Amino acid sequence: MLVTQQEKLRADVTALVDRLGPGRSSLIPILQDVKRRHHGVDSDAMQIVADLLDIHPVEVYSVATFYAFLNPAAQGEFVVRLCRTVSCELAGKDAIARQLETELGIAFGETGEDGRFTLEWANCMGMCDQGPALLVNDRVYTRVTPERVREIAAECRAAYSGHAAERKEGYLV
Amino acid sequence: MSIQTQGNTLTFASIDGDAGLKAALAMKRADIIDTVADSGMKGRGGAGFPTGMKWNFAGAEKGDKKYIICNADEGEPGTFKDRVILTEFADLVFAGMTIAGRAIGASQGIVYLRGEYTYLRSPLNAVIKKRRAAGLLGEDVCGVKGFDFDIIVALGAGAYICGEETALIESLEGFRGEPRNRPPFPVVAGYRYAPTVVNNVETLASAACIFVKGVDWFKSFGTDRSTGFKLFSISGDCAKPGVYEFPFGITVADLLKEVGGGDAKAVQIGGASGTCVPRAQFTRQMAFEDIPTGGSVVVFGPQRDMLAVAENFLEFFVDESCGQCTPCRIGNTKMLEAAEQLKEGTCSAEYVAELRELSGTMQVASKCGLGQTSSNAFMSILEHFGDEIMSRPVQAETARTPA
Repeated sequence: MLVTQQEKLRADVTALVDRLGPGRSSLIPILQDVKRRHHGVDSDAMQIVADLLDIHPVEVYSVATFYAFLNPAAQGEFVVRLCRTVSCELAGKDAIARQLETELGIAFGETGEDGRFTLEWANCMGMCDQGPALLVNDRVYTRVTPERVREIAAECRAAYSGHAAERKEGYLV
Repeated sequence: MSIQTQGNTLTFASIDGDAGLKAALAMKRADIIDTVADSGMKGRGGAGFPTGMKWNFAGAEKGDKKYIICNADEGEPGTFKDRVILTEFADLVFAGMTIAGRAIGASQGIVYLRGEYTYLRSPLNAVIKKRRAAGLLGEDVCGVKGFDFDIIVALGAGAYICGEETALIESLEGFRGEPRNRPPFPVVAGYRYAPTVVNNVETLASAACIFVKGVDWFKSFGTDRSTGFKLFSISGDCAKPGVYEFPFGITVADLLKEVGGGDAKAVQIGGASGTCVPRAQFTRQMAFEDIPTGGSVVVFGPQRDMLAVAENFLEFFVDESCGQCTPCRIGNTKMLEAAEQLKEGTCSAEYVAELRELSGTMQVASKCGLGQTSSNAFMSILEHFGDEIMSRPVQAETARTPA
């Protein structure tokens, strides 16, 4: 990471610590924010968070790797999570999975080279009556059909290609 | 309205939770707890611990700082009622939390919202803001001198295990969501080691209803040992999936008739950690004394392969086990391997018998509910659908390569 980036990150995390307090309870909200802005939590970020909360960086690593949504690996701007649990399986998630891989050009667990998309499995996301369901970042899509996969990808690409001032950190809605 | 019910008016929609809050605040603290205890209400999350008893334990603890936690980490596969409650009846939940706060002497409420429901955070915060402005939260709630209570929303980060109350508390404190040893129970030493009540979303909403309509009204629903009404999350092979309100004690067959799943060959009740009930047992009741449930019902039509269902559940548990206890971490992996062997037709009956023993070990030697219940579904599927699952044709080597 560039020194300027590190300084920016340290300033961001410092602001968060000021707002949330320096206690251990702030760790997960801070990591959620870092993950949202930077799409990953690299070792520099872990060190900075550890310094500011006065805990060992290994503690930060152990928490970040425990939670599916805090995955420290660098991920795409849009993390597409398809539900693989029983009701969505009955509703035909396999067809959606194949279409997602084809449409996005990546397999499950992978991030595209352009850094736009990451494709992942998710466990039950509470949309069992409206499956197959998927999440794109925080946004939920239900009753997804293979045809709709294309629309969803196009919606993300449009948000991504917008001017930086117009899009909100690559986030839908 | 996305909750359906049998003919009558939907309970949650017909009740103003704030009337319940005002009624409760006019009572002595001990009387609030007695009311909930008298109602016989058991926790709606699935474990079925008597709510009044939980409040009583926490209320009896000394300490100036206590917490009410609303468990909105609805991760059990097939469960989505809490999402609907939080979307449409958040006021009822917050009223219930405030009543619980008054009862045990807590001043802080925390909603632990699962990461998958991040989109509910702003609407919930908006409701909280409105309640603060209306004097229903904050200092001297509803004009009751000295009763301060406020609620914040904390966000989970994608871990099923955090629905377990001590894991949830660990997560709130900023640690890995690994369940704690008990005792001490959270009612004695919970969040930040202060007395803490962790209740399910629906439990808190239903508690508010009790203070509006009274204990006798509540007990008029359900059975003697499972009082009240319950929300059920229905999904799978049925004509009308969704959230339904039924009284406890409804039989599986009656429920299926209501949701259009009459031809089901089996239903999974209680999510992945629940049990699989075959058609022959559809006369059984949904109640803590018969089939205990948090309200999740997944319907399997006649064409479904029950082994694939078992495999799906086991993949889930292998993924979601926190890894702390060996019986759960290794046990679930072994169960999944066995399911794959069964699929390939290479699993001996001898090994299946060993798996039953392993399941027993997992039940007694795992620290929390995940490991204690994760083999239930597989075992009940093996028991009821043995003919369908055992001695499948051996797969050719080429066909065996995993996808």
